[in-house]
Amino acid sequence: MNVLMKVKNAGFSYLDGHEVFGNVNFTIEEGQIFSIIGPNGAGKSTLLNCITNLLQLNTGEIFIDGKLIKELDRKTIAKNIGYVPQTHNATYGYSVRDFVVMGRAPHISIYRMPSNEDFVKTDAAIESMGIAHLADRPYTDISGGERQQAMIARAIVQEPKIIIMDEPTSALDFGNQLKTIRMIKDLSKRGFAIIMTTHNPDHAIMLEDTVGILDRSGHLTVGPSKDTITEEMLSLVYKTDVKIEHVEKVGRNVCIAKL
Amino acid sequence: MLDQIRGSEVGMNSSKSVELVKMTTDKRRFQVLVLMIILTLVLSLVSLCLGRYSLSLEDIIRILFSPIFPIERTWTDIMENVVLKVRLPRMIAALLVGAALSLSGATYQGIFKNPLVSPDLLGVSSGSCVGAALAILMGLGDIGIQLFALAFGLVAVFIATAIPKMMRNSSSLMLVLSGVIVSGFMISTIGLLKYIADPETQLAAITYWQLGSISSVKAEDVIAVFPAMFVAMIILIVIRWRINIISLGENEASLLGTNIKTIRGCAIICSTVLTGCAVCISGTVGWVGLIIPHMCRMIVGPDNSKVMPISVFVGASFMLVVDTLARTVTAAEVPLSVITGFIGAPLFAWLLFKQRMKLR
Repeated sequence: MNVLMKVKNAGFSYLDGHEVFGNVNFTIEEGQIFSIIGPNGAGKSTLLNCITNLLQLNTGEIFIDGKLIKELDRKTIAKNIGYVPQTHNATYGYSVRDFVVMGRAPHISIYRMPSNEDFVKTDAAIESMGIAHLADRPYTDISGGERQQAMIARAIVQEPKIIIMDEPTSALDFGNQLKTIRMIKDLSKRGFAIIMTTHNPDHAIMLEDTVGILDRSGHLTVGPSKDTITEEMLSLVYKTDVKIEHVEKVGRNVCIAKL
Repeated sequence: MLDQIRGSEVGMNSSKSVELVKMTTDKRRFQVLVLMIILTLVLSLVSLCLGRYSLSLEDIIRILFSPIFPIERTWTDIMENVVLKVRLPRMIAALLVGAALSLSGATYQGIFKNPLVSPDLLGVSSGSCVGAALAILMGLGDIGIQLFALAFGLVAVFIATAIPKMMRNSSSLMLVLSGVIVSGFMISTIGLLKYIADPETQLAAITYWQLGSISSVKAEDVIAVFPAMFVAMIILIVIRWRINIISLGENEASLLGTNIKTIRGCAIICSTVLTGCAVCISGTVGWVGLIIPHMCRMIVGPDNSKVMPISVFVGASFMLVVDTLARTVTAAEVPLSVITGFIGAPLFAWLLFKQRMKLR
């Protein structure tokens, strides 16, 4: 399999010397789904900011397509990595189509406007997210779930190899959470590698791929979700007595905890 | 109606329908732009007719075309002087000032993702005015005044954006307050410079800048600032789509592959050049840079690739109407800021109500 991203011995500390994470290692391959779980404040978002080069590591290296990320310009990084933020506070109510077409930015020269072809790709992505009926609506007028679908459509038209999602399920109701999980699986079938953070270990189990568990000491345990998400591990990380049971009715393991 | 048509076309879901949709929106955008250009031209001709020395449209057109075509001379020298030496330079000055302030206002609102900023509210106008006043005190010529106006405008915009950064507060309100601080300081500086100025010669010139007027504009003044304004406008129009991306915020723009420092820097310099040049022609004129972009967003929607070209012509038309009123309503000249304030303040209140703007 084609290695898209390689993170080697990565460590990040704030200016005051407080270490957020250290000695983090993982690789991302084509079509892989990598879910990062861990308690609040463990540094999941900081890790995402480092692998998009918004923040720079103190130690270690990140390679994109074999090249050091810190030596790449923003345009090249954007052609490799698409990003779906957790929330988006819009100041201006651009139409959903105008918002999504902005994903084409790394492919459009600085003194040009999006072409007809860019709009064709945009409308295809909007259609594939099932929000074609909202294409002309102001982005500020649609629901949180629809807005997230628009942000994912924007990442799709960016045509990256990896799509990073920061807590894609956190603002959604139960039904929409499952819809998002299904959609993440679809995206991986389309060839995108996905890196996402989540607060719900069940989501990592449902995605049936790789999981990274970031604990409070800043250590990332990486492995197949089946073997890595264990009662001991979760109990330790979340400081709660967590049980994992196989439920025949849904055909998978589920995480539950006693109050 | 148009929305319904677009909606059903999207429902059809084929690339052909996508192009159809694109064509209808493109066509509508083009129509609005053409309409605005025609409106600007019509208003320009009407403005040339109006004034204490009333002229007919036919005379105006004959005089304007006489240098190019051989037209039988049916007008007096006085008429020709009024049109070519007095009203024409003034008309062009009004068009340029309006276009420059509106385009720079639209740009500032986009890059600072804040619909409440404008050249005057950020303190850029009064900063440029301080620069111009200093240059007058130092006895510098036209080019010196222009450079000083630009440099002080840039200093003002730098301070206005540095204060929210220092406070680690990126809310709309903080930037507006920061603009209040900067313009307050700059206005006091102008007061001090007026105090120092020679009352016989310099004081009148500085006061003239501060009030905002183009009554004594000369063709040379307009020609002197035109090249810089033209280049700045072209650059902003060329990069207009990128302003949308910058308006999403720093991190998101970076993640979409934008070199934010270059584009934002370029946009700030160009809009500050426009404001500085406008101040060189007319002094400080308030409200235009705030309300015209809002009006344009109501006409064509928030997409800056549409708003920015339209705001050039809406701003130019607005300023022309204001200046024509300034020289025709009373026997004496009314300062421009008086009229823009009387029109702008209630208009902005109405726009706020209409848009039900959610401010953060």
